[in-house]
Amino acid sequence: MSVPRLFHAPAVPAALLLRGVHALDPRADLDAPADVLVRDGRIAEIGPPGSLAAPDGVEAVEGEGLHLFPAFFDPHVHLRTPGQEHKETLASGTAAAAAGGYCGIVAMPNTSPTLDSAPLLRALIEQARREARVPVGFMPAITRALAGAELTDMAELRDAGALGFTDDGKPVAAAGMLRRALQYQRLCGGVLALHEEDPSLSGHGVMHEGAASARLGMAGIPSISESTMVARDAALAAYEGGRVHFQHLSCVESVQALAAWKAAGAHVSGEASPHHLTLTDESVRSLDSRFKMNPPLRTEPDRQALIAGLRDGTIDCVATDHAPHARHEKEVPFEEAPMGVTGLETAFPVLYTDLVLPGLLPLGLVIERMTAGAALLALDTPRIAVGESANLALLDLAAEWEVGARGYASKSANSCFEGRALRGVVRLTVAAGAVVHRAPVEVPA
Amino acid sequence: MTVPVGPRHLLSIDDLDREGIERILDRAASFAEVAGREIKKVPALRGRTVVNLFYEASTRTSSSFELAAKRLSADVVSVRAATSSVTKGESLKDTVQTLTAYDPAAIVIRSPHAGAAQLVARWTDAAVVNAGDGKHEHPTQALLDVYTLRKRLGALDGRCVWIVGDVLHSRVARSNILAFARMGAQVTVSGPPTLIPRGIEALGCRVAPTLDGLAEADVVYALRMQTERMEEAYVPSLREYAARYQIDAARLMPHQLLMHPGPVNRGVELSADAIDSPQALIAQQVEAGVVVRMAVLYELLVGAPLEQPAEAAAVEAVAAA
Repeated sequence: MSVPRLFHAPAVPAALLLRGVHALDPRADLDAPADVLVRDGRIAEIGPPGSLAAPDGVEAVEGEGLHLFPAFFDPHVHLRTPGQEHKETLASGTAAAAAGGYCGIVAMPNTSPTLDSAPLLRALIEQARREARVPVGFMPAITRALAGAELTDMAELRDAGALGFTDDGKPVAAAGMLRRALQYQRLCGGVLALHEEDPSLSGHGVMHEGAASARLGMAGIPSISESTMVARDAALAAYEGGRVHFQHLSCVESVQALAAWKAAGAHVSGEASPHHLTLTDESVRSLDSRFKMNPPLRTEPDRQALIAGLRDGTIDCVATDHAPHARHEKEVPFEEAPMGVTGLETAFPVLYTDLVLPGLLPLGLVIERMTAGAALLALDTPRIAVGESANLALLDLAAEWEVGARGYASKSANSCFEGRALRGVVRLTVAAGAVVHRAPVEVPA
Repeated sequence: MTVPVGPRHLLSIDDLDREGIERILDRAASFAEVAGREIKKVPALRGRTVVNLFYEASTRTSSSFELAAKRLSADVVSVRAATSSVTKGESLKDTVQTLTAYDPAAIVIRSPHAGAAQLVARWTDAAVVNAGDGKHEHPTQALLDVYTLRKRLGALDGRCVWIVGDVLHSRVARSNILAFARMGAQVTVSGPPTLIPRGIEALGCRVAPTLDGLAEADVVYALRMQTERMEEAYVPSLREYAARYQIDAARLMPHQLLMHPGPVNRGVELSADAIDSPQALIAQQVEAGVVVRMAVLYELLVGAPLEQPAEAAAVEAVAAA
């Protein structure tokens, strides 16, 4: 029997007729108006618009003018539990995911204490089974306490439900340590997700090293601190025949290194975040700590390389690196502020507004990259197809909203898009067969 | 309808155009006349409060701001991190809100962190003066340096200024590159490549890795070598630094002026004979500190607004309504 690796609270299976929606699922070659019937939490029937009637006990939703996508999957979020519940909890983080149209998210282990043992993982899984609105997977640490010195009990953790392993927030600095983890991966499986940064190059850096950091007098994090580690670790993975996933790629050189190692046949993949795809270090000139994250916002050529990488598939998926911090923690001078920005509630609208509407990326491709993270972690890809568990996001692409105006489902408000007017409102999210989010009904003025 | 005219701040040299810089320097020149009197006070800020909030050690800047405010007849409160609630863990925001309760006209802030003055400006109604924020900016130092040079040279247009030394860790370098360039000077920075930040050219200066071309300079501005950085091995040794970059009597030409923001490491960035040479303006820089800071406080708290006069804005608003 296979070990379950995503966990959520019990919920009532959805019974919905989504009428006259525009259904778009690039993998199912679906891009047309349709009626979609969901019964017992599964997609029961798909027909031309107006062809399906709502059976008894099935709620009909008028979908005229709305788009239906497979719900999104985020392989990289911070839920801050245990230990930092003032920033986020399993309940609030998964509520934010639901509000963003997600049907699955993966929590990072840089909690307090670090998620690096099976008893702690089991406790978190139990908590997720009580609190998680959207399915959550857990990636425990590669090394104990993220210290980079000793492997965690990876095989035991896998048996307990670990999705993969990561020291996210920190690199596995020593090549020999990562090599051991890759060797051990042959025993236990599970992707190794890598935060790439050579600490001897990034030092005390707080932003991208370049003209903006020179102007502001703040210590820089050079792009090569990331790209040299991507190249090193791809080489290690190829040598050991292992599987690694590169987290939050941020610069031209990393995309080039990933493309080269993919071409060489290495089993490597990569992700990019909405903020790196849409913002640059010019934003940091405001000295606003909401623009502080690691890796940092880089330059326009870096941003363009990430967009091109996402387009040609060098970068496999979008990941938010949702990193909530409390207001008082961010309301300090830039250099003092913790790294990280929230992202679950804005990811799709940001990419839609800044990349799809201006014609930089097709909508279908963005949907594909917003859902591709699941398969990278050997999970089922959300699909709009008869017989599939219902994982659906219903969006109004014409509607505009202001980020933060209605607050956030997340406990934290450190969005780098706060105040932005974005297109695309998530009206309804169905995850693992249950309705997990409905947009508040607009009261006509 | 009333048009709120926000308090004006001096957070960065970028807050000033050339005209704004010149107005402050002209005002400083008029205060220099006051400094020559037996009673060195003017009543401009009588009954108003200036808070000096210093999170970093400082002799010149804190004492000259204090003196400047007192000579304008302001009440002065000086808060130092080492002896205040900051040591009890009070956040910058809470400290500023506490001090704002005293209704100060201005808050002068020195902080080890870039952007601290911007944050303070967001949290208070007082005018905020940046007295140095991390390695970012030190705009009043740049103004007093321009004042000192202008007094000696007249206009800076076409003059060639070399800023030499640890540019990487220097807020003075950043503000001065901007201010000298804005006043028409050609600015070159020179120092060990490990202490020249990547991308500094974007501030409007040239980079010279050696002092070979130093003879072209009209002004040599030496930066303090932060000896406490030595353990991070930016340079192999102070001896090697001095051999390549020290401004000494041999390197300093008779036609050149020498400046330094202080405090000087004698025998490191400057030799004793250079410091004591007639070309050195170091004492004049210190002297300029008080009158220039008086001028800054006066411009922010009394003088006509730099961009849009309040009266004009109000008249326009009335006309529009």
